[in-house]
Amino acid sequence: MSQDTLVLGAVAYDAKVVPIWDGFLAYFARHGLAFDYVLYSNYERQVEAQLRGDFHVGWSSPLAWLEAERAAPRRGRTARAIAMRDTDQDLTSLIVARADGPVATIRDLRGRRLGVGATDSPQATLIPLEHVAAEGLQPGVDVEVVHHDVLVGKHGDHVGGERDAVRALLAGKVDAACLLDGNHLVFAREGVVPPGALRVIARTGAYDHCNMTVLDDAPAGSIARFTELLLAMSYDDPSVRSLLDLEGLKAWRPGRTTGYELLSRAIDRTGYLEPWLARVAA
Amino acid sequence: MTAAAVELGDLGLDEGAHLLVKRALAGVDVGGVVRVRGRAPTLAIDLDAWCRAQGHAVAPVDTTGATYVADVRRGGAVVGRWRGAERAGAVDPRALGAIVDHPPARWGLAARGATVEAGAAGLDFPLCDRRVVWADEAARLYAQAAAAQWDPATAIPWDAPAPHPPEVEDAIVQVMTYLIENETAALIVPARFLAQLHPHFREVMQLLAIQCADEARHIEVFTRRGALRRDALGLSTQGGQASLATLVREPDFALAAFLLSVLGEGTFLSLLWFLRDHAPDATTREVARLAAQDEARHVAFGLAHLARHAAEEPTLRARLASAVERRHAALAGTAGLNEEVFDALVLLAAGGWDAAALRRGHAAVVALSQDMDAGRQQRLRRLGFTTGEAEALSSLHTRNFM
Ligand SMILES: [Fe+2]
Ligand SMILES: [Fe+2]
Repeated sequence: MSQDTLVLGAVAYDAKVVPIWDGFLAYFARHGLAFDYVLYSNYERQVEAQLRGDFHVGWSSPLAWLEAERAAPRRGRTARAIAMRDTDQDLTSLIVARADGPVATIRDLRGRRLGVGATDSPQATLIPLEHVAAEGLQPGVDVEVVHHDVLVGKHGDHVGGERDAVRALLAGKVDAACLLDGNHLVFAREGVVPPGALRVIARTGAYDHCNMTVLDDAPAGSIARFTELLLAMSYDDPSVRSLLDLEGLKAWRPGRTTGYELLSRAIDRTGYLEPWLARVAA
Repeated sequence: MTAAAVELGDLGLDEGAHLLVKRALAGVDVGGVVRVRGRAPTLAIDLDAWCRAQGHAVAPVDTTGATYVADVRRGGAVVGRWRGAERAGAVDPRALGAIVDHPPARWGLAARGATVEAGAAGLDFPLCDRRVVWADEAARLYAQAAAAQWDPATAIPWDAPAPHPPEVEDAIVQVMTYLIENETAALIVPARFLAQLHPHFREVMQLLAIQCADEARHIEVFTRRGALRRDALGLSTQGGQASLATLVREPDFALAAFLLSVLGEGTFLSLLWFLRDHAPDATTREVARLAAQDEARHVAFGLAHLARHAAEEPTLRARLASAVERRHAALAGTAGLNEEVFDALVLLAAGGWDAAALRRGHAAVVALSQDMDAGRQQRLRRLGFTTGEAEALSSLHTRNFM
């Protein structure tokens, strides 16, 4: 790759990813930053490519961030989060049951079925299951876990898994379902969930979602310029507003890594990442 | 300290309560705080998520009781969206500045008079010059057209008696066949320009659309009349189609409107009035009468916008004249009005085979040509052509009538 072009890696979780990054490319070009992007079909391939040095900035899901953070030291490197969306800070997940059903608390789930999203979804699977475990029920042992795998490898970026879990709940196929807090309103608006049909039986602690990840050997000058231009994107500016709308944010914030504690605990408890880490380190 | 407050009661954000929050936030400045109270079970969760997506900040005040209380600090994003937005003309076409000379592509499909968000990619409408397309009469003509729409099923006496001889029926079928072909061209030409016209010129867009609907109805009733007593329609000639092809292919709005509406549909008015007065059966007479009513509007709009255009662009008349000459030259090698149509008109007006009737029919068709010519010359003079120019141009008009 050209030494003076900053390259970003992202996952193509939806067709809109192409117009999004084409738009960013044009924005950076207008401000004199040579920029390009490469797309991957799944986050594991993206993180592995970043570790190889195929690109400079990774647009990482929370799980991809932990993968990068944990795999980098095994290669003598460190990972850093430089920016994130305002809408990715302090999210929570919900566990919901039917309002007219018998499940009112996590403990009521013992011996019942819990619908989750894609296997690798932080918000709809990993973090809520960690919450259930912390409440004393072992997922898969005390409570049956029913996965709704839509696009595994994309870390739950596709909302379909959560929607399927909630539909399964309403259809009586599971006794509770996990979803991102904001999707409670989204599903109500889509008509998937009638008002008053669900009861929230648990809300997880707050956590952060995606971040822009760099490794310590990324070119400092262009990374600084990239970060500066991201943070300067204003919703007041009509030439970038549609990009911000597409990407679902109002403003970029400086990166922080304090919001990954819950997810970190979840993968520590289950050893979820170990096979991948072992393979990457080998 | 919070001055503004909103009480949601038990209405949830998943049931529309966000409208109340929005209204309350609109009442404070960016950075201002609204205290939100409500008893919906998921209010704390939904308010967090909604504010995050909208760019507002939430600070819980009381999370202990059945009533949840939080302060929402208004973010600047929603205001930001409308920075640099512009008003696209005005609704009332008579208002000052309502119709602009060159509406920009970035207004796209926005309603005239709407406020358009800045930064849109826009839609390219090649017909976007007020001088070329606009006529103040468009709104009135559209209203007239909308009020004058008629239902072919009930407006026409389809069962009226038709005691005329079979050959006269054949002549009617031939005339209908010819009319359908011409009406089809009269539908396609405005339809094509309609798709190119900037929607800023709303009244013109509506008028062209209803004109297309008129032509669709004309095609319907002429087809139905033609097939009333026959299984097949009549003849379509090369010469007739060649004449219409020059109309359909004309890419310039002003020239096409001149050739189609002023000269073609103007000439057709005489033809439809002829059928109204001379057809042997009430069905044909009524079909022609109703179609002529619509055609008069089409002619009126063509005259209105071309007269205005000619007043603003002095060279337009020369371009119109050369369009007629070019078309005449292009059609020089064709036969003009086909013999079948001419003979059919004579027999239709005669209504039978006896010599007196044929003499009367023939005289009527000769008078029709003179009437068509006089009408064209009068319309040409209304566009500012001199008597001599009008006479010369009218004589060059296609012998196919349309
Ligand atoms: Fe017509
Ligand atoms: Fe017409």
